[in-house]
Amino acid sequence: MVSVLIKIFGTENIEMAEDVVQDALVKALETWKYRGMPDNPRAWLYRTAKNKAIDIIRRNKHSSVIDFSDPQKQLLTSGYTLTTTMNNYWQEEQIKDDFLGMMYACCHPDISQENQITFILKILCGFSTKEVAKSFLTSEDTISKRLYRTKEYFRKHKIKPRIPASEQISLRTHTVLSAIYLMFNEGYNSTHNDQLIRKDLISQAMSLCKSLLSVKRTQLPEVYALMALMCFHTARINSRLTEKGELILITKQDRSKWDKEFISSGQKYLNKAAFGKGLTTYHLEAAIAYEHCNAKEYKDTDWSKILKYYKLLLKIGNDPIVFLNQCLVILELKGPKEALIALKNVENNALLKKYYVYHATLGEIQERLGHNTKAVKHYQKAIELTQSKQEKQFLKDKIAHILN
Amino acid sequence: MKEFMFIIRGGQEEYNANSPEEMQKHMEHWQRWMGGLAEKNQLIGGQPLMNEGKTLTEGGEKVIDRPFAEGKELVGGYLIIKADSLDTAALIAKECPSFEYKCSVEVREISPLE
Amino acid sequence: MKEFMFLFRGGDEVWNTKSPEEQQEHMQHWQQWIEGIAQQDKFISGERLHYYGNTVMNDGKVIDRPLTEGKELVGGYLRIKADSLNEATEIAKGCPGFEWDSKAVEVREIWPEK
Repeated sequence: MVSVLIKIFGTENIEMAEDVVQDALVKALETWKYRGMPDNPRAWLYRTAKNKAIDIIRRNKHSSVIDFSDPQKQLLTSGYTLTTTMNNYWQEEQIKDDFLGMMYACCHPDISQENQITFILKILCGFSTKEVAKSFLTSEDTISKRLYRTKEYFRKHKIKPRIPASEQISLRTHTVLSAIYLMFNEGYNSTHNDQLIRKDLISQAMSLCKSLLSVKRTQLPEVYALMALMCFHTARINSRLTEKGELILITKQDRSKWDKEFISSGQKYLNKAAFGKGLTTYHLEAAIAYEHCNAKEYKDTDWSKILKYYKLLLKIGNDPIVFLNQCLVILELKGPKEALIALKNVENNALLKKYYVYHATLGEIQERLGHNTKAVKHYQKAIELTQSKQEKQFLKDKIAHILN
Repeated sequence: MKEFMFIIRGGQEEYNANSPEEMQKHMEHWQRWMGGLAEKNQLIGGQPLMNEGKTLTEGGEKVIDRPFAEGKELVGGYLIIKADSLDTAALIAKECPSFEYKCSVEVREISPLE
Repeated sequence: MKEFMFLFRGGDEVWNTKSPEEQQEHMQHWQQWIEGIAQQDKFISGERLHYYGNTVMNDGKVIDRPLTEGKELVGGYLRIKADSLNEATEIAKGCPGFEWDSKAVEVREIWPEK
């Protein structure tokens, strides 16, 4: 709803759009409390918002607050065409497009990814500033500042919310998907929250991705691939934590808890992702995740297939974290000696040195080699580096296991 | 605040019979009046119309080479202003400088379509 | 480019006899017509007027009705851009008001600013 209003008022008047939505919701709650919920609450809300928008247009048609220079918007200034034009903005198809258009505007390449996600959560997912702040474990003040900066950017550059033209769509969609995936990962493996899994972020990320798939122009292979990937990950959510909220490694997860429906929709999406030429990182990551889902037991995992996917992934981009994950596959497939040799390739990587998983992996390798002292040292380093309570506990347990 | 349109009619002949100096003076009156409305944030816009014109009738089939109404009823210009009510708008209209040339001013509310 | 004003005459009597669906469909036609003008970058503004009104006569008396009524009533206006009176007249031919009982569209050039 807010996307439609932003399209009408322009990205320079986002507050105006938010106010209209807020007013409509307040009015809905007041009215429904006494008269009960209408048959079609959605239509009721749209109508209320539309009428408020018409009032605002009337009040502002002679001021420069709203830019009416676009031919379509010019028609909002005349009594002959205001109502009809306004109705046209609220067609179901149009609303979908506007939502996506706003998503592309939020994910403008000039806006930092942090700000992109902040804005998406606030404007498109309907999070309050407080909720966004909680998601990022930061103050409401910081979030307000981020929102302000993005709004300023919109104002200054007169960014129009719209789905990009076909020649730009794959590049721009890539940026949108990065933001969605980051949001998903934040939900799946929260870096700085007491909760290791945040289902609200996961479902928001998935629903954003789904909305891209609901419109023909944005049904790209990469989008299907990310959707598949998220489905495979989500399928395993319920087996990742103990009742106390402690992390369970994939080796020990109860596979009967994996959600078969998510796995099968993931497969469907992955099949659809197979058209076209581009093999993206999401395709490969989805394929890897699928292999895990496909194995009945941990020991049944097809590590050689997974290793093949990792090699392809590293061809697309030489990402040290992907490399680290590949070492874990080598560890499973060829044993700790080979894995240690592989890891030597990245021992000077500054990013990895600060990444707890790197040290945890080294710990695991050394433990398997029987080098207990070294293993404990690496685990301790990993504990220092992670902020997650659950991860810390998990690593402490490993040390305890060695020392006993 | 509602919006009103003033339709100013007639007075063209009297105006054209004037000397350039008098015309100039008359235009200054207009300037002052509209300026005053603008200062009070009541003015939205307004323009004078040329005397010539064409009129489409009979469902748009027929074109005649003159305005629809002439003489005292010839529309000579319009103004769009903001006011609280039709009566306040009419009070404002009374000050229109074109009364110097025997015009009439029709005051109409702009209709918000519902 | 010059500026022109269309004055729509008559035609508001049929409106009230139509069903809301018919009215809405009719307004879709207005939408299409004006949108076509806007897409050529020729639309400036336009409003419908309420049928009631006051008129300040040249003697200062106020009557509580529009100066011209019925088929001569000004029902609304549209301001557009066009190169000539003839071009503007051509555009006016598409006016959806003629579908119902619109009597006439008067096409007038706005007095050019000096």
